[in-house]
Amino acid sequence: MSSHSSVLGSGGALEIGEAGLAGAATGVRPPSPPRDRMQAQRFQDALFHQVTRFFAFSVLAILVAILGALLYGAWPALKEFGAGFPFSADWNPVTDKFGGLISVYGTLSTSFIALFVAIPVSFGIALFLTELCPPSLRGPLGIAVELLAAVPSIIYGMWGLFVFAPLFADYVQPLLSATLGNIPFIGGLFQGPKNGIGILSAGLILSVMVIPFIASVMRDVFEVVPGILKESAYGLGATTWEVVWNVVLPYTRVGVIGGVMLGLGRALGETMAVTFVIGNAHRISPSLYEAGNSIASTLANEFAEASSDLHVSSLIALGLILFFVTFVVLALSKILLMRLGRLEGEKT
Amino acid sequence: MQSPVATKRDMPFSQLRGEPTSVVSSDATPKIKIRNLDFFYGSFQGLKHINLDIQEGMVTAFIGPSGCGKSTLLRTLNRMYDLYPGQRATGEILLNGRNVLSPDQDVNALRAKVGMVFQKPTPFPMSIYENIAFGVRLYESLSRADMDNRVEWALRKAALWDEVKSKLNQSGLSLSGGQQQRLCIARGVAVKPEVLLLDEPTSALDPISTAKVEELVHELKSEYTIAIVTHNMQQAARVSDYTAYMYLGELVEFGLTDEIFIKPKRKETEDYITGRFG
Repeated sequence: MSSHSSVLGSGGALEIGEAGLAGAATGVRPPSPPRDRMQAQRFQDALFHQVTRFFAFSVLAILVAILGALLYGAWPALKEFGAGFPFSADWNPVTDKFGGLISVYGTLSTSFIALFVAIPVSFGIALFLTELCPPSLRGPLGIAVELLAAVPSIIYGMWGLFVFAPLFADYVQPLLSATLGNIPFIGGLFQGPKNGIGILSAGLILSVMVIPFIASVMRDVFEVVPGILKESAYGLGATTWEVVWNVVLPYTRVGVIGGVMLGLGRALGETMAVTFVIGNAHRISPSLYEAGNSIASTLANEFAEASSDLHVSSLIALGLILFFVTFVVLALSKILLMRLGRLEGEKT
Repeated sequence: MQSPVATKRDMPFSQLRGEPTSVVSSDATPKIKIRNLDFFYGSFQGLKHINLDIQEGMVTAFIGPSGCGKSTLLRTLNRMYDLYPGQRATGEILLNGRNVLSPDQDVNALRAKVGMVFQKPTPFPMSIYENIAFGVRLYESLSRADMDNRVEWALRKAALWDEVKSKLNQSGLSLSGGQQQRLCIARGVAVKPEVLLLDEPTSALDPISTAKVEELVHELKSEYTIAIVTHNMQQAARVSDYTAYMYLGELVEFGLTDEIFIKPKRKETEDYITGRFG
């Protein structure tokens, strides 16, 4: 085989590589001369390169395929209702009039409430676990946070409907109405039927569901901050809060925003738990106590009983909008990161 | 600059070492007095019965092989060890006559008075200007103009102003390693501490940056009391007025740098300094 190798160019790399591997595997022949080994290694590298590239590009292909399928399925609805589809509050299967506004509003408002509650709580959890917690508590608490992420969403939904909603209706909603409900402008958000289900309840259940994601990512990125960097801030006389807020958070902002995006991704697409507690009413109302619908809950509820082609197509169009919303959110987070980078000062 | 060193050379050694039996002369009240300091990492004793005086306006160097406790000693002076559960110190460290190890000492206020610079440059993830202003803002509220002046003053002290004055809004991370370390020194100086602790400040720097930092130490000692930990004995000889040789958590010998390096009293010190050990 060594006699071959001298005359073969790069075109023969495959043959040589296989021969070299076979020789090595049988263990009968003496070790191949370095030239052969090099060619075998070059072949392995090339193979590795191709295989990993195939995997990476398959992701792109799947993405394009999904987008294509959604566009194809949604086309009748988009043709019928035009570009105004996402902004129309109609949703009437009887008269075949459909629009996405109610569901889009439900998805965005529940996700916003979820993040509004989850980000500060997660920050607190991560801050406590990394900076303040005694080491003996660190393990158990960290595992508890991770276990919270492992609870199936149907359990959250059932718990939300049967346990959380009644308690929320009896104790929390009257309290919120009596306090926040009296503030001008935002007061209207906290008035309405106090039955424990609706946009606000769905948002709060979602916040419980995304907290473990955001908190564990935040904890992980806080942990990689070099001790010496924190010490140098403490060394100037900074308090724990000042160190975390001014040094740790800017240092880890890419990871923190990544964690928030992970949570937001889950909140936007969460179906089961939201369907249980959002009330599933095709209404749009200024009150967060009112029942509503999110894109995912609409899809879950109506796909089975969608009778007309236009209804099915409209549901797929809602899916397309969800896809688009997620994409926009991702893009916005990238822009936010670039802005923050500019605030910190140019790196070059 | 030469005269205080000359007078101190006339003092008896026991007095320089801060031994309780000696008569304390009036012209040399030490800035920091360390008395019977023991330090524990959990059950391991990192420092054993350290007694030492750090003189005001002087540079005191700590030398010794790795793990001898010199960095640990430095970190007790601003109670940096407080951040880590399981680490504790007993004994007394008197800064201006007050025991900083006592539980009622405000740790943050102490650290504002006792600044520290670390082995590796640690610029904060913010602009050069903000790196300096951050520490100042913690304890003072200055007007914009005063803050500008303070930042310039600190950067000039650290011999960095001319290199960065046109790019104060750039990230501190954009500077070279040596510049970053001088930025960290400027940051420490900006809060006007009384004592500056340097923990192997040049171990990650090239020779030219090292020379600049050493020059800086010379400049700064007229206004600050400086304690420096170094692995580099030539550096200790160059920059310090007093040198403490430590080994296995104990203070083996402490005295004027010239005496330690020219005619050490203890055999162990001589072995270490001449390179026969360590």
